[in-house]
Amino acid sequence: MLRLLRAALAAAILVVTPAFAHNGVVHLGPINISLPFTRATLPNAPVAGGFLTIENTGTEPDRLVSATSDIAGDTQIHEMAMQGDVMKMRQLADGLEIPAGETVTLAPGGFHIMFMGLKQALVEGETITVTLTFEKAGTVDVVLPIEAAAADAPTAEHAH
Amino acid sequence: MALRTVRTWLWVAVVALAAIAGTGAVLLRQQPPAAGDGFGVAQFDLVDQNGKPVDETVFVGHPSALFFGFTHCPEVCPTTMAEMSAWFDALGDEGADLRAWFVTVDPARDTPEVLGDYVSWVSDRITGITGDAAQIDRLADAWGVFYEKVPLEGDDYTMDHTASVFLLDRQGQFQGTIAYREDMETALGKLRNLLAKS
Repeated sequence: MLRLLRAALAAAILVVTPAFAHNGVVHLGPINISLPFTRATLPNAPVAGGFLTIENTGTEPDRLVSATSDIAGDTQIHEMAMQGDVMKMRQLADGLEIPAGETVTLAPGGFHIMFMGLKQALVEGETITVTLTFEKAGTVDVVLPIEAAAADAPTAEHAH
Repeated sequence: MALRTVRTWLWVAVVALAAIAGTGAVLLRQQPPAAGDGFGVAQFDLVDQNGKPVDETVFVGHPSALFFGFTHCPEVCPTTMAEMSAWFDALGDEGADLRAWFVTVDPARDTPEVLGDYVSWVSDRITGITGDAAQIDRLADAWGVFYEKVPLEGDDYTMDHTASVFLLDRQGQFQGTIAYREDMETALGKLRNLLAKS
């Protein structure tokens, strides 16, 4: 029974991590994910944004349909936009399209993964893991280093 | 007789010009708010992060930076708070007189306790302001601040809101703004200018 459980666990791990990382880039079929990071949270802040760059080297469009993480009660895909001096934020219920041959950047001030109902404060220097699911390429775990509260990009030591 | 006619017409011209100039001045004033013209003036009764009552008189006495946000804010508010913290650090003793205010636009979730820890991360010179929603509304209105609840999946919601930082002089009067993500040197220049004027 225990052996069966262990085998099931090993199989599950294999299923969710068919990707491999190389030079800080996570590969998942034709999808390359690079420059992942998140930001340290302020005291009591129950939300955080996750940022990364997604390149689709394939000939077919794909779509980031969901993101999940153990650190948050709910994880969504959002778009932020400034309209004049007003910040507006919208959930992308249908996910985010990654057109064939193109690169989509999730960065401060635009698209981001939104961690809501944080179970812990995010501390600079630590990491969190987010599981991304693409419509075609499948599912992959990405490790996000936690940068300073107003960081615009991962620090050099993380972005190999 | 002819001279008197000319004189009459000259007076008509003077009156007409004065009217045009006056109208122009009024129109100009209605464009972006000019410094110290009463923009931002409102009477309100709210509380700080310690539950202590605050009203419009708190803005008098120190030059200050005023921001409207909320703690469930994923990006604009923590970024602005981090930048504000960097302003205080960079100004050092030069900015000893400077204060800051964080007014929540989400008083239902931002109790004084929640706000207290949040703003204390920035500086001991920033005060969190919360309280009755209608009173927050009154204060935000006076500053032309827009905010609106946006529902999310589940029972959650987020807020759209104006992201500028307002600069107030020692009398609590509007002197300018720092835009979201404005360059650090520009922001520091505006703060130094504010401190020098105050």
